[in-house]
Amino acid sequence: MKAFTYERAKSPSDAAAIIARTPDAKFLAGGTNLLDLMKLQIEAPSHLVDLQDLALDRIERTREGGLKIGALVSNTALASNARVRRDYGVLARAIAAGASGQLRNKATIAGNLLQRTRCPYFYDTNQACNKIRPGSGCAAIGGYSRQSGVIGVSDACIATYPGDMAVALRLLDARVETINPEGQSRTIPIADFHRLWGDTPHMETNLQRGELITAVTLPRPLGGQHFYHKVRDRASYAFALVSVAAVIRKDGSGRVAFGGVAPKPWRVEAAEGLMPQGAHAVAARTFADARPTHDNQFKLALAERILAGVMAEAKGE
Amino acid sequence: MTIARNDLEISRRGVLIGGVASAAMTSTAASAETAAAQVQPKPAMATVSMEVNGRRCELELDTRTTLLDSLREHLKLIGTKKGCDHGQCGACTVLVNGERINSCLSLAVQHEGDAITTIEGIGTPDDLHPMQSAFIERDGYQCGYCTPGQICSAIGVLAEIKRGVPSHVQADITRRAELTGIELRERMSGNICRCGAYPNIVEAMMQAAGSKA
Repeated sequence: MKAFTYERAKSPSDAAAIIARTPDAKFLAGGTNLLDLMKLQIEAPSHLVDLQDLALDRIERTREGGLKIGALVSNTALASNARVRRDYGVLARAIAAGASGQLRNKATIAGNLLQRTRCPYFYDTNQACNKIRPGSGCAAIGGYSRQSGVIGVSDACIATYPGDMAVALRLLDARVETINPEGQSRTIPIADFHRLWGDTPHMETNLQRGELITAVTLPRPLGGQHFYHKVRDRASYAFALVSVAAVIRKDGSGRVAFGGVAPKPWRVEAAEGLMPQGAHAVAARTFADARPTHDNQFKLALAERILAGVMAEAKGE
Repeated sequence: MTIARNDLEISRRGVLIGGVASAAMTSTAASAETAAAQVQPKPAMATVSMEVNGRRCELELDTRTTLLDSLREHLKLIGTKKGCDHGQCGACTVLVNGERINSCLSLAVQHEGDAITTIEGIGTPDDLHPMQSAFIERDGYQCGYCTPGQICSAIGVLAEIKRGVPSHVQADITRRAELTGIELRERMSGNICRCGAYPNIVEAMMQAAGSKA
């Protein structure tokens, strides 16, 4: 690990201002992903701004009947919240499907949104990776790409966003609240939070330098049956090959989003109208623009089959 | 003689040692030192005060020190083990304010004022914690390397179930989970045992929880 200086921020705008004026500085929340990457020198910040004193760890009801989740609420605390378990089951299930108990106790909601890809070529610093060294190429393209993305990828990068929680947040139309170094706040719809890689895979979100996530808000509960089905190489503690988040109403209508397939949680609203026609119609529309590799084309069939399973379960089959 | 900025830029990019060495050859020792200082950031120190196993400890540490290394290398509490050092194996699991975390993925400086419990604080040979007794009685280990982490994690799991933390294998997440083998296996998936003592670990946890195995 490269040496760094450390300080604790006193307020969200203070934290944002420090990052804006300090070269190579980074926010530190739970640290479970950042420290892992710092040990490998994939990340090498010169200064860490610890956010733990900012009192952003509350879960509150909003005036609209939704939920406001502080940026530093731990994954465990959010999944355990009684209202989340009752009204936003897909979110509690997505969180419980990710990482391990130890990591969920430390990892935060904001940190989870900023979790970086698990592409093996991103982790191996000897390999070409446009995320780490823009312009160096992508060793995953033409390499071992079983875990890579099948849609929304580019000629510069085929990595996926690896998380589970964000897939549920995308399904629920969550909003990300931020504050910038000037103290101004803004709201980013979750659909616009993560970027597609394009020519700039090192730019992973639409946050500006120094912009700090303060909360994630959920609209009113959707009702319906909630599902988060995740298929991976072992039964627990592994990243998704494909995951499906779904809310399905009695009449068969609903919403569906996919994880493990793209640079961001993948939801195509136009495909959701096809849910009464069955999983094949929905998957065909959702993945119409897919460009899988030889190694990962199985993900397209898998996505459809997981969705078919979810829809059958919703019908009580 | 001063060192051209160009040299520093080159050395910053990973040809560090070569860059510094060639600078040293063509300049005085003093300016080589300056170059090295600029190339490799100087370690920053910080003071951390934690309560470890009920005892107040104050440490002066390099900010890079993980909670794990502060316990093992500075406080000489070597019961907590370093396995992968990347949060994948669970050997480093300790309880922080009663919750289990991977001490390898946490900086010591993040834990100012926190109460840390390591395996040394769980029980002693003369006064074993029920989870420790259960691991012995049920043969919940072979080589024992992962065991301190397994025991801290197991204690954390039972507390989490009691608190109503849901798991991936629960059919109904609005209710408290039942103590079943599959439930404990899922919740313990962050602790790897290379010897494969898993069935006995589950039995030990059942025994410690006061249920039938």
